[in-house]
Amino acid sequence: MTNYIGTATSRVDGRDKVTGVARYAAEFGAPDLVHASIVTSPIAKGHIKRIDRARAMDVEGVIAVLTHQDRPAMADSDKAYKDDVAPEEGSPFRPLYDDRIQFSGQPVALVLAEDSETASYAASLIDITYDEEPHVTDFARARDKAVALDAPAKPRGDAASAFATSDVRHHADYFVPIEHHNPMELFASTAIWNDGKLTVYDKTQGVQNVHGYLCRVFECDPDDIRVVSPFVGGAFGSGLRPAYQAALAVLAARAVHRSVRLVLTRQQMYALGYRPAMIQRIQLGATADGALNAIAHDAVTSTSRYEDFHRNETTWSSLLYKSETASYQHKLAHLDLATSCDMRAPSAATGVYALEAAMDELAVALGMDPVELRLTCYSDRDQRTGLPFSSKNLRECYRRGAEAFGWDRRSGAPRSMREGRELIGWGMATGVWEALQMPITVRIALTSNGHAEVSCATADIGTGTYTIMTQVAADVLGLPIEAISIKLGDSTLPQSPVEGGSWMAASVSNGIVTTGKAIRDDLLKLAQHIPGSPFKGLSNDEVMLVDGAITSRANRRDAIAIADVVRAASIDRIERKEQTTFAKDKAHAHNTHSAIFAEVRVDEDIGVIRVARIVSAVAAGRILNPKTARSQIMGGMVWGIGMALHEETLIDHRLGRIMNANIAEYHVPVNADVHDIDVIFVDEQDDFVNPMGIKGLGEIGIVGVAAAIANAVYHATGVRVRDLPITLDKLTRTA
Amino acid sequence: MNSFQYSRAQDIADAVRQSAADSSARFIAGGTNLVDLMKYDVERPTRLIDISHLPLRAVEETSNGGLRIGALVLNSDLAWHPQVKDRYPLLSSAILAGASTQLRNMASTGGNLLQRTRCLYFYDVATPCNKRKPGSGCSAIGGVNRINAILGTSEACIATHPSDMCVALAALDATVHVTGPHGVRTIPMADFHRLPGDTPERDTNLESGEIVTAVELPAHGFRTNYTYLKIRDRLSYAFALVSVAAALEIDNGAIRQARLALGGVAHKPWRDPEAEAVLAGQPVEQDTFARAAKVILRDAKGYGHNDFKIDLAQRTIIRALNQAAQGTPQSQSDKRIA
Repeated sequence: MTNYIGTATSRVDGRDKVTGVARYAAEFGAPDLVHASIVTSPIAKGHIKRIDRARAMDVEGVIAVLTHQDRPAMADSDKAYKDDVAPEEGSPFRPLYDDRIQFSGQPVALVLAEDSETASYAASLIDITYDEEPHVTDFARARDKAVALDAPAKPRGDAASAFATSDVRHHADYFVPIEHHNPMELFASTAIWNDGKLTVYDKTQGVQNVHGYLCRVFECDPDDIRVVSPFVGGAFGSGLRPAYQAALAVLAARAVHRSVRLVLTRQQMYALGYRPAMIQRIQLGATADGALNAIAHDAVTSTSRYEDFHRNETTWSSLLYKSETASYQHKLAHLDLATSCDMRAPSAATGVYALEAAMDELAVALGMDPVELRLTCYSDRDQRTGLPFSSKNLRECYRRGAEAFGWDRRSGAPRSMREGRELIGWGMATGVWEALQMPITVRIALTSNGHAEVSCATADIGTGTYTIMTQVAADVLGLPIEAISIKLGDSTLPQSPVEGGSWMAASVSNGIVTTGKAIRDDLLKLAQHIPGSPFKGLSNDEVMLVDGAITSRANRRDAIAIADVVRAASIDRIERKEQTTFAKDKAHAHNTHSAIFAEVRVDEDIGVIRVARIVSAVAAGRILNPKTARSQIMGGMVWGIGMALHEETLIDHRLGRIMNANIAEYHVPVNADVHDIDVIFVDEQDDFVNPMGIKGLGEIGIVGVAAAIANAVYHATGVRVRDLPITLDKLTRTA
Repeated sequence: MNSFQYSRAQDIADAVRQSAADSSARFIAGGTNLVDLMKYDVERPTRLIDISHLPLRAVEETSNGGLRIGALVLNSDLAWHPQVKDRYPLLSSAILAGASTQLRNMASTGGNLLQRTRCLYFYDVATPCNKRKPGSGCSAIGGVNRINAILGTSEACIATHPSDMCVALAALDATVHVTGPHGVRTIPMADFHRLPGDTPERDTNLESGEIVTAVELPAHGFRTNYTYLKIRDRLSYAFALVSVAAALEIDNGAIRQARLALGGVAHKPWRDPEAEAVLAGQPVEQDTFARAAKVILRDAKGYGHNDFKIDLAQRTIIRALNQAAQGTPQSQSDKRIA
């Protein structure tokens, strides 16, 4: 009975997006709109001494200049500023709260004007003097003072001794620099003022998270603020926490009792979150035939001075491969920067990079094929808990990926494959992420004309949530997709978690099934009241919704059109709102997996690296929409190219300031850097993870890609670069 | 961005008049660099003098067999111009190595000459920069300087000139035609851009009020043995770490004449007669190429992050000279290095 689920379906919002009908946060307006512009701090640490706003106030069209000295009231407890996904430890940043400077690029004044040009011009005229204090933004310096976190996972056995006595050992440090998300859409908020109540159009991955935050910070009733975000032009984790411009737009609207729009510049966005810098030390000990007997993974990651953001880099090496012993350590280095945050596959993009680069080095030390080593260490159980996986078809990922790539034609020795002056390298890596779901509430309103409106306060950050919700609802309600409309991205809609962690497809799809069943049950009750009803005496599970009709499972000819059922009851709609919670499956571990194979070509003289092709074979449970799923994995793989070869946030540590805060100088892959990208979905039926067997795809696409490329670069050149990005100079340095 | 006046120049004389009357005025044509700089508050012109409609769009043969390119000829029109493609493929190739199609469709020949450095500090008004604010100091020295210069630097500035086109123009011995308050004059490409010295705020030797009207190429276009090899941190849409324009005249296996210009390494396209003299009259041999590279880089100096550029330049020069000698110029669409 599934028609749409599993079928390649074009984005239902695609037309609206390419024709400009879809509106983003900065595109909403109001008559009499006020435009805001931010002044940011050039220093990394200290206090504001004096603010001279006279020249700005003299500019025609300037309405007000707001600073910590004269802003409207804001809450004064940390609790108010802690959003749903804030780090547990620390005091969240409070924009325009006081004279303290915590990071370079911090907003220190807000200029309000009748148009955006005037606002940004006036902002450039504000003169602020500071009392500077010494700062540290250099991870290498802060690393020595890093603070140990509670043990991230329970050690197994005595890893140190096992390592020391292993036949073959490998240990090395792997570095990942700070990286920024750089979503295409700039962060923006438009706060529409309506007699003291505000509708805030915001770029966010969680309207209800932002709503709760704003209500607490401005100490107002939930009804006073509504947060709306129908479309998001990419976020990748940068929109999980409320961005400061949302608070500042509301602050400004409350100050001048008018509607306010605030759009951050690209440069200002670099003072939002970022992927933390990190050093990871991996130690691997193995027997001569490639069985691991020790894994040690020690991570030092960076955060701000005022909040402890961290994810669990080491968890991936603790679960993935069979090893008798294992130990983990995680330390946190505090820098005078804004707090780091989640960025696509947080902890896995980085942790698995280090693990999989190290596994490649171990394979070299063992003289073993990298795939064979992984198969030797393959685990059917989560090594941390000993639990079997709800499903794990990674073996098939290795097989299908290797076959598509032609891995069996690889010659093992580095520098052994070439074409002309180009050295050819083939590398591979494993990817892993977790399959999660969160409680969620979905409302469905079915009308007598056979149309269904499905609503939930989730977000579609460009991943295709609108489309998969439509597909699932159409199948569950037995309606064509044209008869389904989706409402999301509005804090007044039924409860949803933030969109992140790859949990939204599973959460909202199962949510739609729950509410869809309630609709079916209501329809059956109504249908049973129709004179001559064929459904008398049938239970809920004996009927289904298909082809626009409620239908007996036993006898498909017993069917009544849904619209007729609703009309016969003399009502114009059936509406149900149901919460879906997920029973904890304590008997299994739940993960998605992938196998990535990459070919690089490196010019022998110059060191220019080209990624000629990448194959990723992904096992991620049920694939709802192969078309959008493929796009999502491709996006992750392209990002993996960037992580391996291009991305690095450059900081002047004397100034404590990010110097390449623009996408001309912060490099991401361009078309010329991206060649053949092949995505293979490996079938994986999962009867345990959730009723629909969905595992999510948001993160898995990027995990392992950087390692596969780094390993390919080694295979091509014989040079092992352990500090990302692998720029051409690192292939010829003599260190 | 600051508020500014906007005016259209009636003709070249009017453009010169308006410019000479206001030293804070800027000419605007394609605006591909100037508008960005204004958004960043790096440039704060009091007036924009729009010259985009002036009759400077012709590409014409000169009486001595060269080519005269109007200052408003678009970069893409120039790169794909039949005469340029055929007779000066080095210039065509260098232009196509730069920016993106969209930018080349807007950017003008004169504007390309006058684009400003991409030094990270020049772009960030919160930091000291002698080029942007004379006397404030050079942050790039001792700072983030991966993209900065290794040749012709000074204690005041280690910025590079970002153009690809200009590197080819330098190699081809182009001449810049300008009109100013005191009439017209020509400036050899080698003298058009300056080294930073202690006045890094001045990028060129243009005098106040002067406007670029044309660029002239001499008759010899090195159409057989040439290449433009640009090395950067991604395969397209990035400024050069090092680029090499090489042009050779080869006769019976010997180099009769050689041109070698480097981009991404100095405050101007870098040429060196001594390095070219090493090549002239010599057989086409690796050792000769390596020696020429050594000579042109003999005074190269790294500043930390950009130390690698010296070795990279050495390798790139040798490779480029090979490409030129073998008649296998670098493709700007296939990113495999020829």
